[in-house]
Amino acid sequence: MKRAARIVAAAAALSGVATFAGAQDAAALRARSLVATCAACHGTDGHAMPSAAVPGLSGMPAAYIVEQMKAFRSGARAGTVMPQLAKGYSDAQIEQLAETLAKAGAAKP
Amino acid sequence: MMTTSMKRRDVLLKALGAGAGLAGLSGCVARVDRDSGAVSVVGAMNAIGKPDVARVLVVGGGYGGATAAKYVRLLSQYKIEVVLVEPDAAFVSCPMSNLVLGGGRTIADVTRPYATLEKQHGVRVVRDMISSVDATQRIAVLASGGEIRYDKLILSPGVEMMWTEITNLRAASQQGRVLQAWKAGPETTALRRQIETMPDGGVFAIAIPEAPYRCPPGPYERACIVANYFKAAKPRSKVLILDANEDVTSKGPLFKKVWSESYKGILEYRPQHKATGVDAATGTIKFEIQEDVRAAVLNVLPPMRAGAIAVQTGLANSNARWCNVNWLNFESTAARHIHVIGDSIQIAALMPKSGHMANSHAKVTAAAIVAELSGWDPDPAPMLTNTCYSFVDDKRTVHIASVHAYSEDEKTFKPVPGAGGLSPAPNEQEASYAWSWARSIWADALA
Repeated sequence: MKRAARIVAAAAALSGVATFAGAQDAAALRARSLVATCAACHGTDGHAMPSAAVPGLSGMPAAYIVEQMKAFRSGARAGTVMPQLAKGYSDAQIEQLAETLAKAGAAKP
Repeated sequence: MMTTSMKRRDVLLKALGAGAGLAGLSGCVARVDRDSGAVSVVGAMNAIGKPDVARVLVVGGGYGGATAAKYVRLLSQYKIEVVLVEPDAAFVSCPMSNLVLGGGRTIADVTRPYATLEKQHGVRVVRDMISSVDATQRIAVLASGGEIRYDKLILSPGVEMMWTEITNLRAASQQGRVLQAWKAGPETTALRRQIETMPDGGVFAIAIPEAPYRCPPGPYERACIVANYFKAAKPRSKVLILDANEDVTSKGPLFKKVWSESYKGILEYRPQHKATGVDAATGTIKFEIQEDVRAAVLNVLPPMRAGAIAVQTGLANSNARWCNVNWLNFESTAARHIHVIGDSIQIAALMPKSGHMANSHAKVTAAAIVAELSGWDPDPAPMLTNTCYSFVDDKRTVHIASVHAYSEDEKTFKPVPGAGGLSPAPNEQEASYAWSWARSIWADALA
């Protein structure tokens, strides 16, 4: 199994996909689970589909994600679904999302 | 290096009839001899704190099950072994499948392979069904006769039609005379054929059961798509919606506006019409109160309940229809180590039975299982999101969105106040977003 995991990690590294590899603990799992609430539209771990109408979030600067989420939440930034969804997240959750996504590495090429 | 889990994997692979490797099990007949001890190298009770020797069995490869299978692998950093049992050869999406009925899309447009789950994520996909579950021994029996032992079981079996609620419906459905097409696939194509070959001047009648049922806005979207097709191709034809509910159950004002503006004289909506029987020979629907209705194409949806395997396993402990779960990990309140997700569960307040919601259930469940098998507490504050697009014709959509947070006080999910909402009006911009959503969520579940 460890070998399989290494192969997967290596394959992912080659394709430029961040793997969230490395030591995992309960906090990291929770952070990644929070990011997963964005994934249906923005892609698994924030890697959007190449043809997606929405941006990939992985590797975006944390400050930018926080700013945009708060702008959606306040109504300063217009949109269709995002202003409605952003209102469901607290400041702390937005910050955790942003930190986790920023650390997740570069977006898919 | 031969670890215990690798040994067990090899033994199991042999038992499953496969030579080696993670992929290629699809279509194999799984035969695990209970008496040979082949799968008992690791006891099911030993897995806590040792995720790399644990096995999660996922039953059902729809929006819930496919997502759960992928995310258990992903979130466990590929430590936990995952077996997915699914009878169909490919994933066919119910969302977007109404467009096939209008003729603008084919079933291939809403179909994706399971192969990526195997190749990219090492999920073993076994093409079969589960015929029974021994919740005490943690063994699931395959329809083909084999057995699969699990540490955690995730059931995502969708809905089962309650045929006996509508007289003659089961026979009419089996004969292909009165279709449901409420699970996308060959029936969707067959219903399209009925609509396409119906002579102009005919009526397409869709009967909607009392809520809760799978996909609340789905029947109204379907009515719009068929009406839009009639408008272009069969202008003397009509769409008749016969709804057991008191009013439109989802996106009501938006649908009604479209009906009056775009489908006046083509589409008629009749609330409080509870279907009780059909007569396929005469094309008749019978109702609890009102006069019979005759139509050229009948699309009668009976009341629904949790998928058969969930009911049969004794998990449908809410009104004998739906499965109550603990919301922190979606574990059944009726059986330990069995988690139920997707349309089969007894929903929390304002939680739709939708594909996106099943995807959300799957992720919370996967994370909770990974946490438990790692020896950690589950996330005390999980979140669920839902976005659902409905097409009102071939170019415009409307959406509904919501965010649900776990309430520690009430031990359930509640919509976050102030969050969520609807489109202000049907629009073309969101039609492209709807396809973007579909392709993204299919990839999130499968790729």
